[in-house]
Amino acid sequence: MSTREWVFRHPRYVRYMVREFSCLFIAGWTVLMVWGLKQLAEGPAAWAAFLELLRTPASIVFQLATLAFAAYHSITWFNLTPKALPLQVGESFVPGWVVAGAHFAGWAIVSALVLALAL
Amino acid sequence: METISADVAIVGAGGAGLRAALALADAAPKLRIALISKVYPMRSHTCAAEGGAAGVIKPDDSLAQHFEDTVGGGDWLSDQDAVEYFIHEAPKELLQLEHWGCPWSREPDGSVAVRPFGGMKLMRTWFAADKSGFHILHTLFQTSLKYASIRRFDEYYATDLLVEDGRCRGLTAIEMRSGQMRHFDAGAVILAGGGAGRMFAFTTNGAIKTGDAMALAYRAGVPLKDMEFVQYHPTGLPSTGTLLTEACRGEGGVLLNRHGRRFLQDYGMGPETPLGHPVLKTMELGPRDRVSQAFWHEQRKGNAVSTRWGDAMLLDMRHLGEKKIDERLPLVRDMSISYMGVDPVKDPVPVRPVVHYMMGGIHTDIKAATPLAGLFAAGECACVSINGANRLGSNSLTELLVFGRRAALSSLEYLESQGAHRGAAEGAAEKALGRIRELLQRAGGGESVAGLRKEMMHAMEQHAGIYRSGEGLAAACAKLAELRRRYRNLELHDRTNVYNTDLLQALELGSMLDCAEAVVQSAAARKESRGAHQRLDFPERDDRNYLRHSLAYYRGAEAPGIDYRDVVITKSKPGVRDYSGEHARAHA
Amino acid sequence: MIQLEVLRYNPETDQEPRFQRYEVPFRDDWVVLDALNHVKEEIDPTLSYRWSCHMAVCGSCGMMINAEPKLACKTFVRDYSGVIRVEPLRHFPVERDLITVIDDFVAKLARVKPWLMPKEAPANGEYRQTPAQLKRYKQFTLCINCMLCYAACPEYGLIPGYLGPAAITLAHRWNRDSRDGGREARQEEIAAKEGAWECSFVGACSEVCPEHVDPAAAIQQVKIENTVDWYKDHLMPWLKK
Repeated sequence: MSTREWVFRHPRYVRYMVREFSCLFIAGWTVLMVWGLKQLAEGPAAWAAFLELLRTPASIVFQLATLAFAAYHSITWFNLTPKALPLQVGESFVPGWVVAGAHFAGWAIVSALVLALAL
Repeated sequence: METISADVAIVGAGGAGLRAALALADAAPKLRIALISKVYPMRSHTCAAEGGAAGVIKPDDSLAQHFEDTVGGGDWLSDQDAVEYFIHEAPKELLQLEHWGCPWSREPDGSVAVRPFGGMKLMRTWFAADKSGFHILHTLFQTSLKYASIRRFDEYYATDLLVEDGRCRGLTAIEMRSGQMRHFDAGAVILAGGGAGRMFAFTTNGAIKTGDAMALAYRAGVPLKDMEFVQYHPTGLPSTGTLLTEACRGEGGVLLNRHGRRFLQDYGMGPETPLGHPVLKTMELGPRDRVSQAFWHEQRKGNAVSTRWGDAMLLDMRHLGEKKIDERLPLVRDMSISYMGVDPVKDPVPVRPVVHYMMGGIHTDIKAATPLAGLFAAGECACVSINGANRLGSNSLTELLVFGRRAALSSLEYLESQGAHRGAAEGAAEKALGRIRELLQRAGGGESVAGLRKEMMHAMEQHAGIYRSGEGLAAACAKLAELRRRYRNLELHDRTNVYNTDLLQALELGSMLDCAEAVVQSAAARKESRGAHQRLDFPERDDRNYLRHSLAYYRGAEAPGIDYRDVVITKSKPGVRDYSGEHARAHA
Repeated sequence: MIQLEVLRYNPETDQEPRFQRYEVPFRDDWVVLDALNHVKEEIDPTLSYRWSCHMAVCGSCGMMINAEPKLACKTFVRDYSGVIRVEPLRHFPVERDLITVIDDFVAKLARVKPWLMPKEAPANGEYRQTPAQLKRYKQFTLCINCMLCYAACPEYGLIPGYLGPAAITLAHRWNRDSRDGGREARQEEIAAKEGAWECSFVGACSEVCPEHVDPAAAIQQVKIENTVDWYKDHLMPWLKK
């Protein structure tokens, strides 16, 4: 059975493949960051060249796409966490939105910290 | 023809068949067990049973009370020695299921919970939400996977029992996948193939309940006992006929006519009990025959609710609350919404009596043995009889376990007494094959499976319903005789081999026609009203002439011969079945 | 009137599957199964399919209805417009018409050792199990073995050796039962490469499950349990008895 055969059978499979596809962009962005570190180690000229690279239209498109994919991956991932982490209290389970919500909250806090450090 | 050898062959892999297989595998690990079923075990109709299984475990309950409830509920047609055995074994069997991992619902302290059920004086119905049969079946099936000695033959349709020298020596069965006939050479055979509710137009029963096991024994000379006693479950969905468990009423649901009146109080089951606080063995917790009969009368009086699917009454569960319904009756809620478009949390659900269970079946003794040496039977296809003229809800699931095991032990005892098993009966096997070949090749008859089946179902629904009459039954007898004759002109459209459901349905129809004729002939001969068999022309119970079981004997193309057999009475003399509130106050 | 387009295949007479169209009356309370029964009774008695309970508890009537895995007894014709396409359940070999060969599935159920392996012998009477303990695994007991999840799972479609949602969920049901001590015994099967780790959390199984068993949840829980076990075994071997 080829991928083309099943991916387009139903929107749920397309959404799944988009989620999985995000890893390509995230991997690419990681390579970009490693490259940036290398350029930083090679001195101010190399670093400036790297920053130039980041400002090119193609690069900006790539970074935006990566942000979108990463966000999509994180959102879908956090929404699925209640399935993997059922928290039972007596005879009921902690509602899914609480578990997912806690992850989103954690994400928000960490992001805020990172932004504070960067700015 | 390929021959498969086994020590014991079991036909039917529902609750009774699986329990028998487990009992054999436990007691005799080297025994070769063939478990043969026309469906995969998890499809057996045990899965549709909802309410629960009865067994005495609570300290305020007593075996004597379970005995009394069952014998009275059966309108004294139950064999009391069999009931005695049954109630004693019941708690042990239900406990064994728990030890095998059945997810019984629980009390807060972790002990097994019980719920109220119709006709029972005290709570003794063990339950697993409202999917008790489903959980029992899956527990048994999954446990059976432990035993290599249980060799399963899934999707094999049993066609004939092989009898030689007055002993049952096995059976023939069609391997449905290939259409090939197989000869099962066995030392003993246990029949556990279920009931035959599909002979009626409107039933809770699934497609597979076509009386094949009953017909197998019947044609081999074993009488069918008490066939006229067909149970109508009061609360089936008018649209599909599928079941809403008696537990709806056990948990406090009430039945209303179109005026909003809890009409059961007008039929000897009053006085009206407080809403949401059912009193056992009265009002909505009366026995099934009485409740269904009350509806029939209400219908005649014009008090029934009119729905697009016919007359109905209302099952009101609103006062139970959403939490209780979701906890204890989730399947009921799902089914009401899906198939009726009614949410029981918000509205009363239309329901009506539906054919549900056959008290009658293959005549066995108290040890599950039929009169044919080497042949045993258990479950709904058998009639011991513990259910008599009317079965109490939740006795049947327990019956599967108690008599499934009993049949297994009896078959083992039989094998031991027989010594070395002498196989063969090839001649009989070839004859069975010839019968199928003839049906497959027959041309020019003009009758169809669907056509004959529809006429049978209509006749049964019209003349063998909740209330019967001499004329109606005579008409039914004539009709069934005619249909059995016309069956010989049945012509198949599908003559191929692989999974030929035209052929299989034709064979199932043959089983149903034979069983249906036994039902109506036995009903015509029983000139009294008792339990689920009610006659407008003989409205009273007649213990002098009819405190006896009917026995229908197969006579080939002729109508069955009807004979009688005394009921075993030990402790409980026939009395009045009192489901009014009086008894509750008297025994309080 | 509505149109059903049904896959037909008889290995004895057909080289390959073909479609046959049937016209049946429209009744707004009918499910697809009722329509199929009408076809078999009134139009074409040779059509073969499995069914029994008509109340979504026996699991017999799983099939592809407009390319989605569904129970024919719980799929209402009123929810469809145009031609309704009915095919046998995907990812299983076709035996005849709408009947598939389910040997693989049945074998996999048996492989996960789906029976109680008690931690200890019961004292007197029943094992004690509180309602909370029952709740812990109850959801996973509801599987009716209808195989819709196998039809929906692309992993199973690509890798036939994959244990599959229902089988892994069944193992998990027993693992979570407070009376059971058989997790180690089941580990070999469900921790294997073709066990839970083959799952990439597509989640289609849970979406199509008619009983809301949520097999996807069960499988992820198995993965977590297996991972924790692995770390315990390797980093804290003294915990092992």
